[in-house]
Amino acid sequence: MKSLLSFVLLPLILAGCGASPWNSPYPAADEGRNIAYSSFTERPKHLDPAQSYSSNEIAFIGQIYEPPLQYHYLKRPYTLIPLAASELPKALFLDAQGKPLSADSAPEKIAYSVYEIHIKPHVRYQPHPAFARDAGGNFLYHHLQAPDLAKIHKLADFPQTGTREMEAADYVHEIKRLAHPKLNSPIFGMMSEYIVGLKEYAETLAKAQQALPPGGYLDLERYPLAGVEAVDRYTYRVKLKGKYPQFLYWLAMPFFAPVPAEADRFYGQPGMAEKNLTLDWYPVGTGPYLLSENDPNRRMVLEKNPHFHGENYPTEGEPGDAAAGLLKDAGKPLPFVDKAVFSLEKENIPYWNKFLQGYYDASGISSDSFDQAVRVAAQGETDVTEMMKAKGIRLQTTVTASSDYYGFNMLDPVVGGLSERARKLRQAVAIALDYDEFISIFANGRGIPAQGPLPPSIFGFRDGAAGINPYVYDWIGGKAKQKPVEYAKKLLAEAGFPEGRDAQTGRPLLLYLDITANGPDDKARLDWIRKQFQKIDLQLVVRNTDYNRFQDKIRRGNAQIFHWGWNADYPDPENFLFLLYGPNARVGKEGENSANYENPEFDRLFERMKNMDNGPERQLIIDRMVEIARRDAPWIWGFHPKQYALYHAWYRNIKPNLMANNGLKYVRIDAELRARERREWNRPVLWPLGLLALALGAAIVPAVVVYRRRERMAAR
Amino acid sequence: MINYLIRRLLYAIPILVGVNLLTFALFFVVNTPDNMARIHLGIKHVTPDAIAKWKHERGYDKPLMWNATAAGAQKAADTIFFEKSVRMFAFDFGRSDEGRNISYDIQTRMWPSLAIALPVFAIGLLVNITFAMLMAFFRATYIDFAGVVLCVAMMSISGLFYIIGGQYLISKLLHLTPISGFDGGLNAFKFVVLPVTIGVIGGIGAGSRWYRTIFLEEATRDYVRTARAKGLSELAVLFGHVLKNAMIPILTGAVVVIPLLFMGSLISESFFGIPGLGSYTIDAINAQDFAIVRAMVFLGSVLYIVGLILTDISYTLVDPRIRLE
Amino acid sequence: MMPFKLVLLWTDGLLWLLLALVGLYVWRVRRHEHLLQPWRRLSRSRSGVASAVILLAFVAVGVLDSLHFRLPLEKQAGGVVRHYSPEVLSVFDLLVGPLRKQPEKTYSAPFATQLYAKETIELPGGRQLRDYPRLKYGGAHLADPAGEQAGDIAATALEGGAWALVAGWGATLALVLWLARRRRISPGAAWSLVRHGRDEIPWRTFLGTVGMLILFACLAAAFSAKYHIFGTDKVGQDVFYLTLKSIRTGLMIGTLTTLVMLPFALLLGIMAGYFRGWVDDVIQYVYTTLNSIPGVLLIAAAVLILQVYMDSNQELFDTVAARADIRLLFLCIILGITSWTGLCRLLRGETLKLGEMEFVQAATAFGVGHFRIIARHILPNVMHIVLISIVLDFSGLVLAEAVLSYVGVGVDPTMQSWGNMINGARLEMAREPMVWWSLAAAFVFMFVLVLSANLFSDRVRDAFDPRMK
Repeated sequence: MKSLLSFVLLPLILAGCGASPWNSPYPAADEGRNIAYSSFTERPKHLDPAQSYSSNEIAFIGQIYEPPLQYHYLKRPYTLIPLAASELPKALFLDAQGKPLSADSAPEKIAYSVYEIHIKPHVRYQPHPAFARDAGGNFLYHHLQAPDLAKIHKLADFPQTGTREMEAADYVHEIKRLAHPKLNSPIFGMMSEYIVGLKEYAETLAKAQQALPPGGYLDLERYPLAGVEAVDRYTYRVKLKGKYPQFLYWLAMPFFAPVPAEADRFYGQPGMAEKNLTLDWYPVGTGPYLLSENDPNRRMVLEKNPHFHGENYPTEGEPGDAAAGLLKDAGKPLPFVDKAVFSLEKENIPYWNKFLQGYYDASGISSDSFDQAVRVAAQGETDVTEMMKAKGIRLQTTVTASSDYYGFNMLDPVVGGLSERARKLRQAVAIALDYDEFISIFANGRGIPAQGPLPPSIFGFRDGAAGINPYVYDWIGGKAKQKPVEYAKKLLAEAGFPEGRDAQTGRPLLLYLDITANGPDDKARLDWIRKQFQKIDLQLVVRNTDYNRFQDKIRRGNAQIFHWGWNADYPDPENFLFLLYGPNARVGKEGENSANYENPEFDRLFERMKNMDNGPERQLIIDRMVEIARRDAPWIWGFHPKQYALYHAWYRNIKPNLMANNGLKYVRIDAELRARERREWNRPVLWPLGLLALALGAAIVPAVVVYRRRERMAAR
Repeated sequence: MINYLIRRLLYAIPILVGVNLLTFALFFVVNTPDNMARIHLGIKHVTPDAIAKWKHERGYDKPLMWNATAAGAQKAADTIFFEKSVRMFAFDFGRSDEGRNISYDIQTRMWPSLAIALPVFAIGLLVNITFAMLMAFFRATYIDFAGVVLCVAMMSISGLFYIIGGQYLISKLLHLTPISGFDGGLNAFKFVVLPVTIGVIGGIGAGSRWYRTIFLEEATRDYVRTARAKGLSELAVLFGHVLKNAMIPILTGAVVVIPLLFMGSLISESFFGIPGLGSYTIDAINAQDFAIVRAMVFLGSVLYIVGLILTDISYTLVDPRIRLE
Repeated sequence: MMPFKLVLLWTDGLLWLLLALVGLYVWRVRRHEHLLQPWRRLSRSRSGVASAVILLAFVAVGVLDSLHFRLPLEKQAGGVVRHYSPEVLSVFDLLVGPLRKQPEKTYSAPFATQLYAKETIELPGGRQLRDYPRLKYGGAHLADPAGEQAGDIAATALEGGAWALVAGWGATLALVLWLARRRRISPGAAWSLVRHGRDEIPWRTFLGTVGMLILFACLAAAFSAKYHIFGTDKVGQDVFYLTLKSIRTGLMIGTLTTLVMLPFALLLGIMAGYFRGWVDDVIQYVYTTLNSIPGVLLIAAAVLILQVYMDSNQELFDTVAARADIRLLFLCIILGITSWTGLCRLLRGETLKLGEMEFVQAATAFGVGHFRIIARHILPNVMHIVLISIVLDFSGLVLAEAVLSYVGVGVDPTMQSWGNMINGARLEMAREPMVWWSLAAAFVFMFVLVLSANLFSDRVRDAFDPRMK
C-alpha cells in the first residue's frame, strides 16, 4: 500500500519542483523573459498602412509605422502631439487666388488649406532587405530573377539587410500610394475630396498601369501629385480643398506613415506576390517594433527595432495619474518590452482560462472588427471577484468613443418619415427598450445609456441634467430615469396604435428587426429585445440573416429596424453627427447614414458645424442638432459601451487610450513576478491520473476471473 | 491492375467537374461578386469604384458561365467558371481573394491538421480494435454487456461535450496541458496531447461497438468453429482467424478516411486553436473567400476519390483472391 | 367562431404526415403475421421496451409541442374581422404555463431564490446596497429563504412523490386490467403474470420505466411551480422550459430529415439496382459527386440560399415561428440531401441481389411490368433496410444539430434547440463563477434521448436483420 501511495504522489512532488508549468503554451526558454503576451481573434487582412483600417490590423502596424502625429498617452481629453513630426503643423489658409488668409477667416472664403509638416531628422528604418546594398552601393535585391527566389519563402530568407534615414519624400510616397490602382485604400474616396489633385492622380495612375506589361512595376516617383510635395529632405506640404481641421486627426493614423519607395520597388518584382512577399504582409517601418514573425495562423511576434530613434515616457498626465503610478517611468526611454507575442485565439473559453492561468497579461480587450456592431463580451463580474483579487487582477474601464444603437429606416412606410405619427411611434419604442437593464445583463454594467449621438469624451457631449434626452428620460433625483412604460403606451396610442394595434383596422402592429445574429450571445439578445417590445404590446419579428444580405438590405433601404454600431475614427463630433447627415444617406448615396435620416434643418447646421473649431459657438450648434435628432428619434440611441479590461499585477503603465494605437511601447512587465505566479497557479495535479490507473487496474481483476473460469470450462 | 487504376482515374474527372460545377452554383446563387467585394473591402467608406476595381483585379467582373458577348469558344472560356476551374485540375489553386497563395497555405496548414488527425486515427483504431477484441473475447459475459452499455452511453454524448469537458478538466483543473494553441516541431507535443486524447475518447463508443459486431459476425462462422474444435486456444482463434478475416470490413471503413485526414477536423481545430485545414475552411466560409472554399472542396473530393481507390487496392493486399480488373 | 386560430407550420404538417405513415404501417403490420414477427421479438427485450417507453415520452412532448395555434387578442376592435395575437403557441406551452410566464431578470442557479450576480438595490431610505436580489418567482413564497428552503424542498418533494405514487399505482392498475381483458384471464392472474415477470413481454421493466417517468414528471411539476429547477438563462427564461421546447427541434431534425430524403433514396436506389446499365451509372455518379463535397459547405450554402429566398418573400413569413420553422425544414432537407447517399447505396446493393432472385426473374419472364415488379416484389423486401436506417440515423442527426448550430449554420437562433443552448454555454463557461446549468440541462436531456434512441435502434436491428434470425 505504501509503495502504491508513493507511486501516486511521486510525480506530483517532482512536478512541484519542476521549472516550467506543464500547461504553458509558450516555449520553456521564454520563461522569465521580458515579453508581453496577448492575442488576436482573426487573421489580419492587411498590414499595408494604405489599406488597413480594422482595429485588429492597426494593433500591429500601429507599433511599426510612425505617422507624423500621435495622441498623448495620458492626457484627456485626447490631445495630439508630434510623433515623427518635429512640431504640430499649422494650417495656412488660401483663397481661390492663392492669397494667404488669416486664421479666423470665414470658412466659405477659404479655398485651400496648406499643411507644412517638418519631420525629425536621423530617424532610420528597421533592417530590411529592400535597403540592402552591395559594396558598390547598388541594391542587392532589386533585380531578382526567378532562380534567386527559388529558395525564398519568408522575408527572413534574404541574408542581407540594410537601412536608411527616413525622408519627407517617403511621406509623399505613401500619400501617392492611397491612389494606387492596385491598392484599395479605404480612405481614398474620402481623401480625394480633400487632397488637391488626388482624384486626377488616381486616373493618371490607372492609365499608366494599363500601359504597363502584366507584372510591370508602376513607379509612382515618375508621376507627381499636385497637392503634395516634398519641400526639402525633412519637410513636406499637403494642400487641401477648403477648410478641414479634422485632417490633423488623420495625420495620426498609419495611412499617413512613411513608406520608402525602395520597399515598393522590392516587393513589386515579379514572383514576389506569389510567395506572399508583399508590403501587405511584411511591413517596413520606423517605429519601436518590427514584425519578426508573421504566421497569422498561429502567432505574430513584434520585436524591438534596433534602429529605433528613441522616445521617452511622458512626464505629465491627468491629475490622478501620478497617484495611480502611471508616472513612475516618466522620462525613461521607450519601449520597455523586448518582444510582444500575439497568439491566435478564436474561442472565448480558452482565452479566458489562459488569462486566469497567467498566460495572457490582459483580458477583455475585445478586438471587435471595426465594421460590425460593437459587441461587449460577457466576461467576469462587475467587481473583480475574491478569487481574482487574490490573484492581484485589476479592472479598468473607460467609456469608449463608440455607439451601439438600433436604427429606424427612415424610408420605411411604418416607422420612417418625419410625420408626427411616426415620430411618436419611434419615441415610444425608444422608451420601451430599457437600456439600464440591457447594460446590466449583457455588459455586466459596463456601459452608459446613450442620450444622443455623441458619446462622452467627444466635444459637444453634455453631462448631467442638461445632457439627458428629454423624449426618453426624466431627470429624477440627480439621475436620468427612463420614462414609464405607460407613457410609451400613450405615445403609441397617439401614433394611432392603441395597445399595439392599428386604430382603424384593429390589426396588430408587427415590426421587423433586421440583424445578423450567429454569435453565442445573440440568442439571448434577441430574446431580450423581443421582451422589450412586448412591454408595449408590440410584436417584433426578427429577420435574422447573414452579413452580406444584411448589408444589401441596408443599402437598398429594405430594412425596418436594424442593429448597428460605430467606432470613432477620431475624437471629433463631426465623426458622429455625419452619421445622420442627409446627403450622406446609405440609399442612393452610398454614405454612412444607415438610417437614411434627412432633416433639412439638421443638414444645414451640420454643414456649418463641420469645419468649425471647438468653442462655445460650435457647442451651441451641436446642442441644436442633438435636440433635433432626439426629437426625430431616427435611432434608439442605445448605449456607449465601456471598454473594460482585466490586468494582471505584473502588467504596468496601463491607461486605456481609445484613440492611440501605439500603446505597446509604454507597457512595462514584471517578468519575474509573472514567472513566479504562473508556476504557483499551474501546479500539475496528478492524483486523478493515478486514480484512473488504479481503476483500470481494478478492472483487470474481473476479466482475469472470467478468463480463468472459461479456461477451466474448456479444460473440462 | 494498371488498367483498372487508369480507368478509375479517368472516371474521377467527370466527378470532379460535377463537384466544381455544384460548388460554383451553390456559391454564386447566394453571392454576387459584389457581395464578395464588400466583405473583403470592409464597410467604412466603400465606393462603387473600389468594388469594380476589386472585381476586375480578381477576374470576377466576367459573366458567370456564359459570355454572350465573346466570340466562338470564348463564349464558354471567357467566364468566371472556366477561368477559375480549369487551373484547378493542375492543382494550381492560385491566390485567395485576399491575395494569399493558397497552395502555400495548404502546404503549411496541412501539418498541424495531420498532427492531430493522424494520431487520433491510428491510436483510435488501435484502442477501438483492442476494446472490441476484448469484448468479443468475453462475449456473452457481463464484461461484454458492461462494455456494450458503456459504448452506447459514450456514443450518446455529443462531441462538443467531450471537448468542453476535457478542456475544463485536464487543462483548467489539473493544469496538465495547455488549453489551446500550437507550435511547430517537437514543441507541438504538449499541444497535441489533449485534442488527441479527446478525439480518441470521443470515438471509442461508436468505434468499438462497430468492430465488436464485425468480430462477432466473424466468430460465429464455420471455420472458426472448426478451429476451436481442433483445440486451438481462444486467444489463438481470435488473433489467428477472426482478426485476419475481419480485416476487409475494417479496411473498408478505415482506408477511405485516411486521405481525408488531411482535411482536418472543423470543430476541434477551432476549439483548440490549431492552425489546420479544418479551421482554414471554416474561416474561408465565414469570410466568403470563394477561392479558398473552391480549392478546399476540390481537394476534399480528390482525396475522397483517392480513398476509394486505395480501398480497392488494399483489398487485394489483404485477400489475394480479389483481383482488380 | 373558433376561440383560436390553428396554425399549421410546415414541420407540423410533415410530422402529421409521418404519424399518418406510422399509423398506416401499424395497421398493415397488424394484419400480416410475418410483419408482426420482428416486433414481437422486439417487445420481448427489456432494453427495447424501456427505451421505447422513454422515446414515446419524448415523442409525446414533441407532438404536444407541434399543435400550434394563435390566441385571439383580448379586446376586439369594433370591426367584423377577428384579430389574433401574432405569437404562435402550442398545446405544450399551455400545459406548462407557469414555466413560460415566469421570467426572471437574468441568470439564477437551479433552485435559487436569488439572482446569480450582485446588483445595486435601492433601499426605501434612499440608501444603496450591493447584494443578490431576490427572484421574482423562484422561491418567492418563502419569507426567509436561507432558513426555510431546505424544509420547503423536502415538503415539495414529498408532495410530488405522493402524487407519483398515486399515478404509478393507477398506471399499474390500468395495465393489469387491460392485460386481463386482452388475454381473457382474471385480473388476479394478470397481476401475477406481471408481478413475477412470467409473461413474454417484460412488464416489470415497462412499469419500472413508466414509474420513473411519472416520478420525474410529478417532481418536476411540483417543483417548477415554485422554483426554476434548471435555473434561468441570461434573460431570465426558465432553462427547464427551454430544454423541453428543444425536444421538438431534436425530434424534428431526427425524423423529418429521413422522411424528406426517403423518396429520393428509395426511388434512385431501387432504380439503380433494378435497371442497372446507364441508369445505374448516372445515379452512382450523382451520389459520388454529392458525397465528395464536404457536408458543412453544402449546408452553409443551403442556409444562405434560404435566407435569400426569405428576404425576397418576406410577406410569406410574418411570424417569428414561421421564419424559424422554415429554416428548420430547410435544414432537414439539406441534411437529408447530404445523408441520403448512404441509404441509397444500401438499397441499390439489396435490389441488385433481389434482382437475381428466382421470383423476380420469374416475374420478368412472365412479362410483368417494371413498375409492378418494383412495387410488389422489391419494395416490400427492402423495407426492413429502410426501417433500420431510419432508426439508426436518428441519434446521429440529433447530435449533428448541436454541432451545426455551433458552427453557425444550424437552426434559427430564435428557436429553442440543444445546439443553441450549448452554443450559448460557450460564453457562460467563460464567466467567473461559471454558469453551468444550461449546458448540464442540455447534456442530460440530449443524453437520455440519444441513449434511448441508440438502445432502441440496436434492438430494432437485431429484430429485423434477417442475418440475426
